[in-house]
Amino acid sequence: MTQSVASLTAAAVTAPVARSPGYWSNVLRRLRRDPLALTAGGVILALIIIAILAPWITPADPFQASMLKRLRPIGTEGYPLGADELGRDMLSRLMLGARLSLFMGIVPVIAAFVVGSAIGILAGYAGGWTSTLIMRVVDVFYAFPSVLLAIALSGTLGAGIFNAILSLTIVFVPQIVRVAESVTTQVRRSDYVDAARASGASPFTIVRAHVLSNVLGPIFVYSTSLISVSMILASGLSFLGLGVRPPEPEWGLMLNTLRTAIYTQPWVAALPGVMIFITSMSFNLLSDGLRSAMEVKE
Amino acid sequence: MNAVIDAVRVTHEDVGGPAQPLLSVRGLIKHFPLKRDPLSRGRGGNAVRAVDGVDFDVKKGETLGVVGESGCGKSTTARLVMQLIKQDQGELVFDGMAVGSRALALREFRRQTQMVFQDSYSSLNPRMTIEDSVAFGPLVHGSAKRDAIAVARGLLGRVGLDAQRFAGRYPHELSGGQRQRVNIARALALHPRLVILDEAVSALDKSVEAQVLNLLLDLKDDFGLTYMFISHDLNVVRYISDRVMVMYLGEVVELGPVDQVFDAPRHPYTQALLRSMPSMEPGQRTESAPLSGDPPNPIDPPSGCRFHTRCALARAACAAEAPAMTQQDGHAVRCLIHQPDSGYAASGALT
Repeated sequence: MTQSVASLTAAAVTAPVARSPGYWSNVLRRLRRDPLALTAGGVILALIIIAILAPWITPADPFQASMLKRLRPIGTEGYPLGADELGRDMLSRLMLGARLSLFMGIVPVIAAFVVGSAIGILAGYAGGWTSTLIMRVVDVFYAFPSVLLAIALSGTLGAGIFNAILSLTIVFVPQIVRVAESVTTQVRRSDYVDAARASGASPFTIVRAHVLSNVLGPIFVYSTSLISVSMILASGLSFLGLGVRPPEPEWGLMLNTLRTAIYTQPWVAALPGVMIFITSMSFNLLSDGLRSAMEVKE
Repeated sequence: MNAVIDAVRVTHEDVGGPAQPLLSVRGLIKHFPLKRDPLSRGRGGNAVRAVDGVDFDVKKGETLGVVGESGCGKSTTARLVMQLIKQDQGELVFDGMAVGSRALALREFRRQTQMVFQDSYSSLNPRMTIEDSVAFGPLVHGSAKRDAIAVARGLLGRVGLDAQRFAGRYPHELSGGQRQRVNIARALALHPRLVILDEAVSALDKSVEAQVLNLLLDLKDDFGLTYMFISHDLNVVRYISDRVMVMYLGEVVELGPVDQVFDAPRHPYTQALLRSMPSMEPGQRTESAPLSGDPPNPIDPPSGCRFHTRCALARAACAAEAPAMTQQDGHAVRCLIHQPDSGYAASGALT
């Protein structure tokens, strides 16, 4: 009675099979047709390259102070973007500052993505009491505004880059858990998960083979929209003296130290803010583009 | 290549011989508890009695059709049989072995029983190629990747999808009928003995539905399958089934050979259900609806016979006495009219 299957199989296995492009290659293809997302992606890529190469490509020493050249305006010879309150070259400091600012924007989100996805998928797939317990704990974190929570956590942990990253991670984990839980719950109720259960697969196998491929995309998109928030919060922490410490350049910290010059050199004082704006805007646009590229029903 | 197939194939011995039912369901009960606010607690029931004491057998090699209105518990019964949800009470015996016992672990039972769902789209993982979807079952049960893919391609060919063209595609690139063929191939990949078809052809358009039904009949012969065929489409059930089970509000009200149930229905509900089928004869047009309204709420089912609130033949006894299943030459019915010692004959009209 398996004769028909066996004979067909012999031919079918050896013959090459037409492959359809996978989901992610379709997403990339659509993303490439989105000029806004493409521009944003280009800006981010450029910033990342500058940040990585900053120690070698800065036109001047970002730490070289000069009392004579304090608060030079934009366009001064030798200081294309002016000089800060200690006479240091703004362009060089902004370039080097991109390192820490991007680092503080991206690392907490990556950490929260890993931790939050794991917890959220567990809650969403297990359901029942496990889910209730996890989600109620998450709700406690939700009760605080994220800025307040970040400041409170950093204040308690103490100043410093590591503590700032840790507190930002803690701020983002509950938000990612919530998204992960809701998409996982949706997937868990779908017929293909039931079909997988009916084939006798263990929960672990089902999560690995069926759940992850369907939930990581939406969680990832949500996480990318958090990068700008993370950058702004990190800048805020540095501004308050809870993150990066001087003289290390970081955009939030530079904004803080330059704020006294807002009346004498408003354009120079605004530059770190402009950088924060451009960067977080680019991350948001890329995230939006990614979302619409992934939303196409297929 | 035969060796590959044989290695992958599970050899199921027929344990109890042909006379033993493949699946016996006894006293199956599933109530879904309701979340209620404390103020309204105490009013009405506190659970949806989706399946409320269901007994039936599926004989080896037959197709058991299951019919009933929406909400009567057909799909819940299917999910209980597949053990996708756990029953509150009741027992499943598969070829003489209790499901979940040491003789037949749940995992092994699931290899021998598979299910095809109604929604062909949502029952396939959108991120998996169809050959991977079909190969998933064998992989889980320990086949090598290469063998599993071989089985998947063979089965895709068998259900009418050329593996070379279709195996590497994603579900959204297929039509509804093609997707349902993939789902059938996936169900067969573990070489099951019992296949539960839960409204498997209901969502397809008529011409495709006919093709898939004929495919199902062919596969049944080729693979020696037993079907449990759930549908609300009476014509389809009559076409494919050997025996028919009629459900109403979580209970089986009639169970018998397909010709007897369709030509000489005994339960007033079955009679009404069959009268609701549009006739091909213009002269025999149905003038008034044989059944009106929705079924009663399964949270708080009617007393006595659950159908008495809509039954044309109901008498006072029907509201008081719950009928039992009465058997007569392989045709069972749950109705006081057919229960000799019931108070139906003596009782007056229903007030």
